[in-house]
Amino acid sequence: MTALRSTPLVALRDASVAFGSVAAVRGATLVVHAGEVIAVVGANGSGKTTLLRLLHGVVAHSGLRLASDAGIQAMVFQRPFVMRLSVWNNLRIALWLARRRTPPGERAERAGEALRRVGLLALRHRAARSLSGGEQQRLALARGWALNPAILFLDEPTASLDPSAKKEVEALLAGFAADGMTLVMSTHNLGQAKRLASRVVYMEAGRIAADLPTDDFFAAGNRGSADLFLKGELSWSLDG
Amino acid sequence: MNAVAEGFATAFRLIVHADPVLVHTVALSFAVSGTACLCAAWLGLLIGAWLAASRFSGHRLALLVLDTLLALPSVVVGLAVYLLFSRSGPLGSWGILFTPTAMVVAQAVLLLPIVAALARRVAADALRDGGDQLRSMGAGPLLGGLLMLLHERWAVATLLLIAFGRAVAEVGAVMIVGGNIDGVTRVMTTTIALETSKGDLPLALALGIVLLAVVALLNVAIALFPQSRGVDAAELR
Repeated sequence: MTALRSTPLVALRDASVAFGSVAAVRGATLVVHAGEVIAVVGANGSGKTTLLRLLHGVVAHSGLRLASDAGIQAMVFQRPFVMRLSVWNNLRIALWLARRRTPPGERAERAGEALRRVGLLALRHRAARSLSGGEQQRLALARGWALNPAILFLDEPTASLDPSAKKEVEALLAGFAADGMTLVMSTHNLGQAKRLASRVVYMEAGRIAADLPTDDFFAAGNRGSADLFLKGELSWSLDG
Repeated sequence: MNAVAEGFATAFRLIVHADPVLVHTVALSFAVSGTACLCAAWLGLLIGAWLAASRFSGHRLALLVLDTLLALPSVVVGLAVYLLFSRSGPLGSWGILFTPTAMVVAQAVLLLPIVAALARRVAADALRDGGDQLRSMGAGPLLGGLLMLLHERWAVATLLLIAFGRAVAEVGAVMIVGGNIDGVTRVMTTTIALETSKGDLPLALALGIVLLAVVALLNVAIALFPQSRGVDAAELR
């Protein structure tokens, strides 16, 4: 299985992130290969978001982080930030910022294609901030997809969305994955991880406690605290 | 009392009949303060955006200096610009002392820290919300800060109006570097000061009324901005 994997896109070796005295990620070693869909799961505060930011390279860290120059990376945040501009201009600014990737002549076409893909083309002249939460999340996905990234990081992309919007976003992600885009997403939704991911990374107290193919992760077995997490029996600890 | 009432009556007549001296003085005030505001905006927004998004050794000291300069007295600015452009000063050969150009320079220097400090705060607040997203898309510090000023353009317009209001109502710097020369560098505030000292109240009152009207109009404009009313500007388009 490992032999069939393609080129590594990002690799961490013993990488750690600390915010003041708080260690958010400790000694993470992880390799993301092209075409994978990785779900990062774990309890609140276990370091999922920081691991994504570490992989994306937008947070200071110790240890080693290597990124392939095969393409750019994009990230969709849990609370998508959209500028006080039209839907269309939000897309154009993202493409302009990634100008090395998309030639100027192709940006309008790419923006239109991205909005068509997430079903927002008809709303392209609307103010982005007037969109619903689900629509803003779809706009953020369109923005990520439009950049044609080698990896798209998604931080709980369906958190705080209603069931219908969740379904829409999940369908979009499945489509991105089917096109061969590498996805790394944090999620609390184990069903979603099971449906979308090819590999599951389980975080506990800032450490990667399990890193398994999805089928293996969800199969009953001796996975320590991950078993408790899956059963919903992870106890609270005031010691952190 | 009669003299004051008569002064007001004459002042209103000057305004209604668009007295040439009054009009020229008001126009010069607007030209000088508007140009100074544009110059300060050009540089101040860049500095504010950069300071909001970048971190370097001495950053906190730079912010402290900038915030201190917010309270820069206009007469001190006037004195510094005077020394700069006076015949024996380092830029004396330019020969711009006692011209509207020197007044523009003085007011731009006065406004620069105001624009930069307020723009920095606007951009820094917005970056707390969306800075990660912009960095993730590849925006560097200056570009990220400038995009946030675009995002908060109504707040930027408000701060520029505040800056213009500060400039047009300022008297110390323009008096020192302009010299209050009749028909050349005499603006609203310096005329009010001069005419009041001469005891000639009507023109001073008329200009005072115009100045108050300008400040009131600026406040109305600020209040009309969508963000001042708690409305997301983009929702109105």
